[in-house]
Amino acid sequence: MLANLVAMLLCGLPLFAGQSQTNIFSPQSAPARSIVAVSYFTLAITGLIFAVVGGLLVYVIIRFRRRDNDDTTEPPQIFGSTQIELSWTIIPVLIVTVIFLTTARVIFDVQDAPKPKSALDVTVVGHQFWWEVRYPGSQVTTANEVHVPVSTPSAPTPTFIKLTSADVVHSFWVPELAGKTDVIPNRINELWIAPEKAGLFEGQCAQFCGAEHALMLLRVYADTPENFATWIRQQQLPAAAPQSDAAAQGRKQFEAQACINCHAVNGTVANGRFGPDLTHLMSRDTLASGAMPNTAENLAKWIDDPDTFKHGSLMPSMHLTKTQIDQITAYLVTLK
Amino acid sequence: MSTLPISVPVTDTHLPYKGRVAMFTLIAAESAIFSIFVVAYIYYIGQSLSGPTPREVLDLPIFNTIFLLSSSLTIMLAERALVRRAMGNFNLFWGLTILLGAIFLIGTGREWYKLITVDHLTISTNLFGTTYYSLVGLHALHVIVGLILLTAVLVFSLMKALRPEDTKRIEVLALYWHFVDCVWIVVFTVVYVIGR
Amino acid sequence: MAQRGAAIRQEGKSMSESSMPLPGRLPDAAEQESRADTFGNIVEILHDWVTTVDHKKIGILYILYSLAMLVAGGIEILLIRLQLAGPRLNIIPAEVFNRLFTMHGTTMIFFVAMPIFVGFANYLVPLMLGVRDIAFPRLNAFSFWMTAFGGLLLYYSFLGGDGLQGAGTAPDVGWFAYAPLTERAFSRGHSTDFWALALILSGFGSIGGAINFITTAFCLRCKGMTLFRMPLFVWLMIVSSVLVILAVSPLTAAQAMLLIDRYLGGHFFDTQAGGSATIWMHFFWIFGHPEVYVLIMPAFGIASEVIPVFSRKAIFGYPAMVAASVSIAFVSLSVWAHHMFTIGMSAAGNAFFALSTMIVGIPTGIKIFNWLATLWGGKIRFEVPMLFSLAFLFQFLIAGLTGIMLAVAPFNWQLHNSYFVVAHFHYVIVGAILFMVFAGFYYWYPKVTGRMLDDRLGKLHFWLFVIGFHVTFDVMHIPGILGMPRQIYTYEIDRGWGTLNLIVTIGAFIQAIAIIIFVLNLIVSLFKGKIAGPDPWDAWTLEWTTASPPHDYNFDAEPVVYSARPLWDLKHPDDPD
Repeated sequence: MLANLVAMLLCGLPLFAGQSQTNIFSPQSAPARSIVAVSYFTLAITGLIFAVVGGLLVYVIIRFRRRDNDDTTEPPQIFGSTQIELSWTIIPVLIVTVIFLTTARVIFDVQDAPKPKSALDVTVVGHQFWWEVRYPGSQVTTANEVHVPVSTPSAPTPTFIKLTSADVVHSFWVPELAGKTDVIPNRINELWIAPEKAGLFEGQCAQFCGAEHALMLLRVYADTPENFATWIRQQQLPAAAPQSDAAAQGRKQFEAQACINCHAVNGTVANGRFGPDLTHLMSRDTLASGAMPNTAENLAKWIDDPDTFKHGSLMPSMHLTKTQIDQITAYLVTLK
Repeated sequence: MSTLPISVPVTDTHLPYKGRVAMFTLIAAESAIFSIFVVAYIYYIGQSLSGPTPREVLDLPIFNTIFLLSSSLTIMLAERALVRRAMGNFNLFWGLTILLGAIFLIGTGREWYKLITVDHLTISTNLFGTTYYSLVGLHALHVIVGLILLTAVLVFSLMKALRPEDTKRIEVLALYWHFVDCVWIVVFTVVYVIGR
Repeated sequence: MAQRGAAIRQEGKSMSESSMPLPGRLPDAAEQESRADTFGNIVEILHDWVTTVDHKKIGILYILYSLAMLVAGGIEILLIRLQLAGPRLNIIPAEVFNRLFTMHGTTMIFFVAMPIFVGFANYLVPLMLGVRDIAFPRLNAFSFWMTAFGGLLLYYSFLGGDGLQGAGTAPDVGWFAYAPLTERAFSRGHSTDFWALALILSGFGSIGGAINFITTAFCLRCKGMTLFRMPLFVWLMIVSSVLVILAVSPLTAAQAMLLIDRYLGGHFFDTQAGGSATIWMHFFWIFGHPEVYVLIMPAFGIASEVIPVFSRKAIFGYPAMVAASVSIAFVSLSVWAHHMFTIGMSAAGNAFFALSTMIVGIPTGIKIFNWLATLWGGKIRFEVPMLFSLAFLFQFLIAGLTGIMLAVAPFNWQLHNSYFVVAHFHYVIVGAILFMVFAGFYYWYPKVTGRMLDDRLGKLHFWLFVIGFHVTFDVMHIPGILGMPRQIYTYEIDRGWGTLNLIVTIGAFIQAIAIIIFVLNLIVSLFKGKIAGPDPWDAWTLEWTTASPPHDYNFDAEPVVYSARPLWDLKHPDDPD
């Protein structure tokens, strides 16, 4: 019954699923689809088992309950039956065989999928509590929001993502695109996605990694090939030089404070790798891996005290004056 | 509570001595613990990023091994003497067992002294150091515990306080000692043969 | 306590015809104690309980300890559920939340589920085997106190660090404490140390207890009791104990390694030095998976005692039940990496563990069928122990089926570490295990105290708990499917998880009320419960031949048995087993 309820809810009921962009039963990418297929198969079999065994249990409870007019003699004592016990051993063995063979096929299909030449390579490095995203083929480094091209059957351009961690174990999970894969220090894992249409796919870290694990969110943007090319080209550019005085002042402050120890801005002296790359900070929709929308106001608050939004974040409050914060913000908002 | 008349035959099996069963169970638990340390050792062979390697600093502890494994022989001879109630022989072989175990410990201590002072290998040096000292140290700890217990028995024996009922208890202790020696065979093979 | 004493004295009077003097019986003169003696008497009673090596008292100590820990773990989860009842709430700060869920898991598994069954087993196994105590009574007491001190050490952590308001320095790394989060570099302070040390202590207690039960079952049985005439509860305790021996030891080893890393500069899990994060996972789950079978085996054992008595039929297929239990234990040692399908093992590795996990479902299913066959053709009595047992059958079936879903590795790649998994394992631990704990309470309370638990309160407890359980744990599967990971202190508004979580929270509070009713029942029935007599349920195993509660040394003379159901043989001399 549970399985049927689940299937019902997932296949269409928009009541809960409508808002959700993280429904594992709304696959938008080939690996996620393979998983859904084997999941439905499994749900069907387990649903059948539930119906039969659960039904038997209900029947037994009703049929063999002690009646009010019971004569209090003991019923016939039956100690076993080899035939019956054999049959209910063999049937589960058969069921397991079927489920296993199906499972094994999908495991190999997904994990050992051949990598076409047109595949895009992305490297994601997990940090406490943000995602470093690199495009080795294009010399691009960004953070938290991953852009990938849409992949259609006629022009397949899947993205193969290499995963590793700079500190503790994390997990990369965007349910509508693929199953999750752990992000482990001293180890390189790989997962692939092939989003079928343009749009935003959400997810988040799925392995407890410390204080702000809950706010280590993921945004994967599938772009049309043209939009993706535009985006990559923009990301490859060094940071725009500040145009206004306020921005220039801000850049001076930014470079004078300890900001550059952790952050990088391409084309300036800032080349810290401990924190997210800020070269194209304003090209992102959110700040602090999805903790809040990317607005100037939020940015200023964040710089003042990251604990406002993310209490365990490893970025310390630099105890800057309001003037310094405003200046730095004025500079950072020019990093489009 | 009543019993049925004796005309129906009673199934009566001779049940094992509880000390022996308990010791085997304890040995199973200890084996599981040692296995984890052995697995860690094997997994990390060749993985150290720096620092001395086994080949550079480890010598085959032939003598130490001979001493420890002979102690299994002497303890067996002691048990045989005990069963015969030849207490003089028992004291001799049992004491010899303790002596051999102590020599083993001294040998380990000297090996460690050399590793630390000469080769600068400590538990925090590298993966080899961590896994080596943990595994060999865990074994040595079990040798120490064994020696303490063996010594206690020797003292009781010298005080003429051992009764016939204690024989099976002492056999159970000997079982533990054999286990400790078996673990050494595994440690020796993994650390000094395979790992180098 | 005075009432219990009275019950013992009453029984003592009726047994005074026995030719064998019963050591340890309370003297009748105790009635005439003066007021001045009362305080001395209380101290004496306390001293007796603290220094006891009697299996029955130790069993009760374990059970009372577990109940106290159940309340602690329950408060932790109610706080958690309050925080999660809506998106982006600020009821519990992140750091405190992380400590609460770590403590909840650690408490429930190590200090509730494990000790409560050790308590049941301590009390019942010697009675069921017709002997006077377990093999090593002093080791038994040692094991209890190690467990108890371990738990106290764990909870002492609440007093460190930021103080009680910030949940002290309680462990905050998740109950499976993945490395390298637990290494010094990422966990400064002592939270991890409390976790490791407390569990090492209680681990020694568990291993001591396991050695005791195995030895008792193999070496101490009354005349005529072959291994295949032992009650199934004893068999299942042996199997559980074997798993403790093989599984808790690796955890102890891994925790020792962690402490070596943290305090001696070791590198077992130090990825910066070339160490491996995944080896901690392997070691932990080599413990962690057999551990859940440690927890469920005794529950199976209780089911195999209760279901036959309340269907009025012998268990169907006793040898198969033994074989299935042993098979489950054996196979369960090979499935651990189904907790690690997402770490990047090879396809062949994932396939192997998927297969072994599915295989372990086969003997498990067989047990369900055997219980069904026991009910078939019976005369089912819907007393409270049976109500809990029937709910157990339903719920364990569902839990097993969601387990099969999780065994399908690709499906697992989505469901792992989501609330689907949390729902699944609570279905097992609460829906199956805790339900059978309750069944065991209602079944054996009369034996331990001499009084029946109140029937109406029992039924109220049952229905409230069943409803609360399903409200919470049926619904909880859905957020998992909708992408909600576990161990998060809050979640975004636009994920669509809010209403579902609110429903889950409401169910949790319903369950809490049910548990309060249960505890009330335990206390009230001690004073007002119907007097039980030795065999209130018309059952068939040896514990029902003793007084309720049993005398200090259980049996006046060694019983002699000819089958697995000695009382059935006595009651049905024309149709013995």
